[in-house]
Amino acid sequence: MSIAAPLRSKLITPTTLVLLALAAVGFYFLLERFLYGLGAVANINQGYPWGIWVVFDVIIGTAIGCGGFAMALLVYVFNRGDYHPLMRPALLSGLFGYTLGAVAVMFDLGRYWHVYNLLLPWHAQPNSVMYEVALCVMAYVVVLWMEFSPAFLEGRAAGGFRRFVDRWMWAIVALGVLLPTMHQSSLGSMLLVMGYKLSPLWFTLWLPALFVISALMMGYGIVMFEATVVSRSFGLPSHRALISKLSVVVGLITVAWLALRWGDLYARHVLAFACVVSVRVVMFWIENALFLAAALIFIVPAWRAGRRASFLGAVALLAGGSLYRLDAYLIGYTPVTHWSYFPSVPELMVTIGMIALEVLLYLVFIKTLPVLHGRPARR
Amino acid sequence: MSEVDRRDFLKTAGFATAATAAPVEAAIPRSPKQISPEAVGMLYDSTLCNGCKACMSACKMANNMPADAVPESLSGWNKGTWDSPEDLSGRTLNVIRLYRNGAAEVKDREIDGYAFVKRHCLHCVDPSCVSVCPVGAMSKDPASGIVSYDPDVCIGCRYCAYGCPFGVPQFDYTDPFGKIAKCQFCVHLQKQGKIPACCDVCPTGASLFGPVKELEQEIGRRLAAAPGTPYAFARGKIGGDRPPNESTIPHYTKAVYGEHEAGGTQVRYLAGVPFPDLGLPKVGSQSPASIAEGMQHTLYHWLIAPIVAFAGLAFLARRNMAHGRPDDEPKS
Ligand code: SF4
Ligand code: SF4
Repeated sequence: MSIAAPLRSKLITPTTLVLLALAAVGFYFLLERFLYGLGAVANINQGYPWGIWVVFDVIIGTAIGCGGFAMALLVYVFNRGDYHPLMRPALLSGLFGYTLGAVAVMFDLGRYWHVYNLLLPWHAQPNSVMYEVALCVMAYVVVLWMEFSPAFLEGRAAGGFRRFVDRWMWAIVALGVLLPTMHQSSLGSMLLVMGYKLSPLWFTLWLPALFVISALMMGYGIVMFEATVVSRSFGLPSHRALISKLSVVVGLITVAWLALRWGDLYARHVLAFACVVSVRVVMFWIENALFLAAALIFIVPAWRAGRRASFLGAVALLAGGSLYRLDAYLIGYTPVTHWSYFPSVPELMVTIGMIALEVLLYLVFIKTLPVLHGRPARR
Repeated sequence: MSEVDRRDFLKTAGFATAATAAPVEAAIPRSPKQISPEAVGMLYDSTLCNGCKACMSACKMANNMPADAVPESLSGWNKGTWDSPEDLSGRTLNVIRLYRNGAAEVKDREIDGYAFVKRHCLHCVDPSCVSVCPVGAMSKDPASGIVSYDPDVCIGCRYCAYGCPFGVPQFDYTDPFGKIAKCQFCVHLQKQGKIPACCDVCPTGASLFGPVKELEQEIGRRLAAAPGTPYAFARGKIGGDRPPNESTIPHYTKAVYGEHEAGGTQVRYLAGVPFPDLGLPKVGSQSPASIAEGMQHTLYHWLIAPIVAFAGLAFLARRNMAHGRPDDEPKS
């Protein structure tokens, strides 16, 4: 069995330089946001108080960061130790997905200098779904760093912190499954207050379940995506057999999700809404088509055997899950008065900069820390 | 969302309303909140409003709000006009908007007519903004029922703006240190024994302040009287000593907006054209806050579910980590 080792390839490459440049552009616009206000950079307005900084960077970004959650569930709860080689890279992407999601919250908050109020018990407002999400995400970021910390500590002298982590890892792992279950479902519950403002194609009491299950699916999606991209780019042995086995499981979860969603649409008699031609209805169908495609790729044996199957399926899952969130929060939403929203270029650049930073940090970490399994073909 | 798309959506909503209008019946929603017996409110009678917008400028002055203008791209001929907001914003707590149809000849007629509507916070009985605020910056006074905002606590997440069924709270995006703006019934004036600025200056009594109980009785009287009957419409505050506006009963739609909407509100509307024309949204009678809170309370009742789940997960994780440290490489 191989062991995890740093890649030790060069840090400065054309790819990392481009990523760095994109991140710098994003930071430039963030500076503008802090100097001149949210409206100077973002197109959010009277009808759309939330734009892509909330929906992409936080709602979608943390779901993409669910790799660590998804794998921990499989490896430690369902005791599938054979998936262990996929654990660390999954945690690493989760680490950045969540940490940068938390950073995005900070620059999106209109009164960020008051953010500590979330932690003061006398301002606690437990009826608010967002309060639960905020505390839970903060706690999970800490848990993620602890879960990942052995990668930093390996080969170092055992200190107090290391002993603590070793001793309590079972509890940390349990929290690493519990907390995402709580806040990813709450990201669905956040929409329960929307009532008629959210199209019935998305508004349902099942929102929490639909959100948490699809976050799990996206978590497995990102694990499969990374495994393919990283092994290709760095000439590492791919975990094909492992991934192929995993994909059957994910395919079945996807089918269950689709069954829940369509069963609910049918039970609420709202399928008529899916039969008109409008932007949101087209999006609804694309969303479902992506999930269905992923399920088929993963389940039909002949398709699953294809060389790119797990990669394509993973992309379909990630795209479907992201679109589902975008639709539920923005496209399926109708403001009270006739406002419309499309992100501005600077607003998009901030989000792109954040994604670039995330990928950049991921690359730096796998090159310097023991994250990936198998020796690189070239040094 | 484009207007066309919105219309399509509303059309579909038409033939599927039976399904959507039905409230969420399951055991999930928590019980609705009840209106306080001392609740104060407003009655806005669209048929009395002549669109003078005196209330808008009085509101600006009373609350020290800066002037606002239509965005240049939409302003057409009146570019640069001083204080001409077209909707609520971080600088505008109250706005008069116009409904017009076809030739717009007759007031308070749906076809080829026009009508006015006043938009501001409705001071919900079971307010979504209070329910969603993560830090309790929005609060509802248990006696007067006034929903007020504390900028010293607010973190600026804008969930209140996203969640309000009437699109009321507005963040000021033009200010790097912006805050939420929302009508608070001029609490500061009420403390001095005055009434909210809009009702104070309204020349026709279209905006009328007073205890919700008395306003409800007044609504009953207006709806009971036959159209054309001479009627003394109170001005300022109901039961006050100002001379009334002597006029006649108009053709009301016989519906009251705010009585049941979103679990009831302390602002009520009477009008001569259907409320959706005026941009007052079709909101079910169930308070959205009761649905969201009901779900949270069910899932997180005494934190029992999370604690049990944690115990189970921890047990499994511990058992499955035979080697003590989970992140050890498998010893195979
Ligand atoms: S109308 Fe909106 S802002 Fe006013 S109390 Fe109701 S939910 Fe809050
Ligand atoms: S913007 Fe402020 S008042 Fe509104 S929900 Fe967020 S913290 Fe509360």
